[in-house]
Amino acid sequence: MTAMLLAMASPVTDIGQRIPQYADYVRILPVLVLSIFGMLIMVLDPLIDEQIHSKVLGLIAFFGALASLAAVFYQSQYPGLAFWNMVRVDMFSTFFQVVILAIAVLTILTSFEYMDTQRIRAGEYYALILLGTAGMCLMSSAVELVLIFIALEISSIATYILAGFLRRDPRSSEASLKYFLLGSFATAFFLYGVALMFGATGSTSITEIATALSGSYVPSLAYIAVALMFVGLGFKLAAAPFHVWTPDVYEGAPAPVTGFMSTAPKAATFAVLLRVIFEAHVPGYFWLIWVAAVLSMTLGNLGALTQTSIKRMLAYSSIAHAGYMLVAFASAPAGGISAVMFYAASYAAMNVGAFAIISHLGGFGERFVSIEDYAGLARRAPFMAAMLTVFLLSLIGIPATGGFFAKFYVFSAALQANLVGLTILGVINSAIGAYYYLRVIVVMYMQEAKGDIPVTPLPIGVRAVLLITMLTTLYLGLVPGNVLTYTQSSAQNLVAPKSPGNGTIKVEIDFHLSQAKPKVELTAPASR
Amino acid sequence: MNPNLYLWLIPLLPLTGAALNGFFGRRLSKTGVSAVALAFSGAAFLMALRVLLSLSSLTLPYVETGISWIRSGSFHVNFAYYLDQLSLVMLMVVTGVGFLIHIYSVGYMWEDDGFWRFFSYLNLFMFFMLTLILANNYLLMFIGWEGVGLASYLLIGFYFLKDSAAAAGKKAFITNRIGDFGFLIALFLIIQHFGTLDYQKVFAGVAQLPAETMSTGLLTAIGILLMVGACGKSAQIPLYVWLPDAMEGPTPVSALIHAATMVTAGVYIVARSHAIFDKAPTALLVVAVIGTLTAIFAATIGIAQTDIKKVLAYSTVSQLGYMFMACGVAAYSAGVFHLMTHAFFKGLLFLGSGSVIHALSGEQDMRQMGGLRKKIPWTFWTMTAGTVAIAGIPPFAGFWSKDEILWRAYSQGPSKIIWALGLLTAFITSFYMFRLLFMTFFGEYRGKLESGGQAAHGHDDHGHGSPGHGGIHESPMVVLVPLMILAVLSIGGGFINAPKFLEPVFKTQVLFLEDHAAGKTPATEESGDKGTETTLMIVSVGVALLGAGLAWVLYLKSPHLPGQIANSLGGLYRTVHNKYYVDQLYSFFLIAPLIAMSRKWLWKGIDQGLIDTVINDSAQGTSDLGGALKHMQSGNLRSYAAWLTLGAAVIVAYMVWLGVH
Repeated sequence: MTAMLLAMASPVTDIGQRIPQYADYVRILPVLVLSIFGMLIMVLDPLIDEQIHSKVLGLIAFFGALASLAAVFYQSQYPGLAFWNMVRVDMFSTFFQVVILAIAVLTILTSFEYMDTQRIRAGEYYALILLGTAGMCLMSSAVELVLIFIALEISSIATYILAGFLRRDPRSSEASLKYFLLGSFATAFFLYGVALMFGATGSTSITEIATALSGSYVPSLAYIAVALMFVGLGFKLAAAPFHVWTPDVYEGAPAPVTGFMSTAPKAATFAVLLRVIFEAHVPGYFWLIWVAAVLSMTLGNLGALTQTSIKRMLAYSSIAHAGYMLVAFASAPAGGISAVMFYAASYAAMNVGAFAIISHLGGFGERFVSIEDYAGLARRAPFMAAMLTVFLLSLIGIPATGGFFAKFYVFSAALQANLVGLTILGVINSAIGAYYYLRVIVVMYMQEAKGDIPVTPLPIGVRAVLLITMLTTLYLGLVPGNVLTYTQSSAQNLVAPKSPGNGTIKVEIDFHLSQAKPKVELTAPASR
Repeated sequence: MNPNLYLWLIPLLPLTGAALNGFFGRRLSKTGVSAVALAFSGAAFLMALRVLLSLSSLTLPYVETGISWIRSGSFHVNFAYYLDQLSLVMLMVVTGVGFLIHIYSVGYMWEDDGFWRFFSYLNLFMFFMLTLILANNYLLMFIGWEGVGLASYLLIGFYFLKDSAAAAGKKAFITNRIGDFGFLIALFLIIQHFGTLDYQKVFAGVAQLPAETMSTGLLTAIGILLMVGACGKSAQIPLYVWLPDAMEGPTPVSALIHAATMVTAGVYIVARSHAIFDKAPTALLVVAVIGTLTAIFAATIGIAQTDIKKVLAYSTVSQLGYMFMACGVAAYSAGVFHLMTHAFFKGLLFLGSGSVIHALSGEQDMRQMGGLRKKIPWTFWTMTAGTVAIAGIPPFAGFWSKDEILWRAYSQGPSKIIWALGLLTAFITSFYMFRLLFMTFFGEYRGKLESGGQAAHGHDDHGHGSPGHGGIHESPMVVLVPLMILAVLSIGGGFINAPKFLEPVFKTQVLFLEDHAAGKTPATEESGDKGTETTLMIVSVGVALLGAGLAWVLYLKSPHLPGQIANSLGGLYRTVHNKYYVDQLYSFFLIAPLIAMSRKWLWKGIDQGLIDTVINDSAQGTSDLGGALKHMQSGNLRSYAAWLTLGAAVIVAYMVWLGVH
């Protein structure tokens, strides 16, 4: 019964006659779960008593994100295409969805306390996080450019609003507006690039674009399409020269949101960029990436040197880290892809952890976010100072932390691709980077506190976030093998030619094979 | 099919204990701390015992593939564990003796303020030591190797408020670093040539090397560099100087780390890497020479020491030399056998000396002892067992292993000099050990303690200053029971036929022995060997008795003689008493120039002059550049959009150009 149902669900060549089947919905299950929970929060928002409002909605969001994470694991057993070849569930999408959802869970946990200290109405906040996450999850599994665009917009619009959530703070409103205007501007580039790509290849499906571009003749229109798409994606990555918005927006946005924005949408955008570059085999990207990588690393690190606000400093640092990840793009596919994936995961762990501490210490109205405010933290709150130290060391790339192996794999991929110059520039940049991270550690441990800055005890949510991010950082730094094995095989999966002729046939066969054994779980809902 | 042994749990148990005591020990009562420490180290011992008992159903070597750790290209390292007869012997020694010393420490350290800290470190040491012996590859082993160094540093410097203790800790650590340097290079060579660090793969690679490359330097270099590392950890010439100073640590630490277990890691690694040494005769010769020289050299120093722990320390160095001597003549099983018996009797002797020191409220100078036989009888009898064992008098444990080494040195050593020096060492060992026994327990009491309790407190490492400690007193049962168990092992431990047990591990062909065997006539070999073996056995027993007899003459019968001899020898005596001035030599030729050079050139010249200037200037420059870049960040939305457009324009222009071409 199940086998038959699933067989029916397989993509049929004549798209017009096909109706979405059960399996199609399984393959977007995490997105569905997130959307349903997001809407549920919107609906419940006015109905819940003000006293417990924030707590209840936060918990719903938390469980929604967890349920979605469970859905990802469930879904990962059924790899394949869905919805007229627009979505593909594979190891690659699973990896990024796990990373993104983990970030969402941690951000929601951090926000419990933050909402209370900042006295913000929680309603739309949690809904937006879930809906934005839904967009990002879709970005990592979409294999069709128009769907990618829609997913990108879903995630972007949610983050535009989240950035402005500290309504009383003019910096936050300004951040939101700037982000919105520039973001829309950049998205327009991306959309235009998609249109030109359609013009050049006659398709918006990544597999078919790959087929079209694999011939000896590559239309020059495709080059322009790549350029325009790169502008749009580069903006979302905060890669130079499209990074100018980053410091203002990251500084103005609420700290948990900054932690979220600097990791989750970036991971999703990297997933898109990896798919576009390595799965669609687009032409002429090498020097674009090379220059963007060098500019991002250099401008990010130099910019961070003179910052006085820790949020702004980490904004610049996030530009630099995007640069390191781009270094891997310039390298040979297999090693580079897995290096980017590994980097995205370890960067997420350390950055979300660091921002959890920053949001906690910021206090009402985020008054204490300058580096000076961290003076003597080691005395006032030794535990927090130690945690922040670990995250900062990981950001530098000190061994025994995830940041070390992230950088190690990126640079070793670059060396294997014989990009000696790029590697040297990258290593010099890491050295510069060490300065401003260490400065925070020095301030925390070696300077006396100025004035009376209150330190409240850590609530359970933030504690959990710190524990999880810390363990992940150390896990990736001590035992990177397991994660790396996974990223390596998903990278090979990604670059493997899907089929020489028609893009869909081989995938279809794969689909049947992978579904050969009937799964009991699927029967019940299907027969309903 | 092998049952699952859960080897990874064995090191993890003491680590858990270390973590619990390290994080919460301060808040626990002393009973709680000792319960945690004993429970976890005891559990490790029970796990090890379980492995031993299931031996019949095991096919060794047993490998437990753990989780993947490092992956870089084709180079993989896993957290994997390995068990064969060799690691099993080590496992039993480390967990067994380790557990006994944990028990002893509860009594010995009870009145110390850092009780929880001590047990946390001790458990941490157990974790690293077990990682060292159970690892399946050189890298995981190196974690343990470095880790025991760390634990040793922490425990030597346990009384870190005392300058000498802190300095001794640093000395141990730095000396070991010199050895580790060689060790690391050996690992790099192995990676470069074999592409792996897994024991089995490396040894398989070694076995496959064609004959003509054997004489080339690779294996010899790896072997010698491994030996450099072993010299550091196992206190061999020229890196032995840290071990006597390490006696600044609490006595249980001296027993566990600096006698029974950690210092034998070097012997273990040479035995473990025997496949490499077997094919590198030159490296093996280096091991033999260093071992023999250390054995005799340290033994002579032991004659003229008066601090009870220092005598034992030099004796340890000397006995370790013995083990290397065995390895150097490719008698690895004899070396490991001696390692095991040595762990029993030297652990016992150290713990016994701790009991003596405890009884005398901190006195360590043997000239202030004497006549303690009646006052602390249990300590006396157990220490006697240890002394007889180390002297090599049958049927005590030391006799069997020492005799095995001497016989193998005689029969398969590259030269009879090694055997002769070994025999001489055995004589000296017997002499200074009985000297220690006689000076401590026989004759008249020479100290001042009898009448009151106010005597030399604070000299000892365990500065228990409570008023209850007056007069000479026997130690509590918790201290004595481990002594008794170790005494039993020192008496009967020699009957464990370790060489036979270890045979499967060391069955590979040894290069120089093949030549050796070829020169002999097969007919006479068998009977001749038997006869020689018996003769040699008698000789070595005779030598041991001679040493004991000499000690009896000099220190019991006519106690005025040693002073006269020392006077008549004058300069020679002073040289030996001052440990051949090796520390001073090192200080003069190595350390002082190094400090001067570091100060003048590296610090003032290179660091301040060159590096600081460059760094400061370039940092200033970078910072200025960063300041300049701030202007890019005007905060103005229109200028941001302009940047974006500019970037897009450049990129599109480039891609148009690329597309047209």
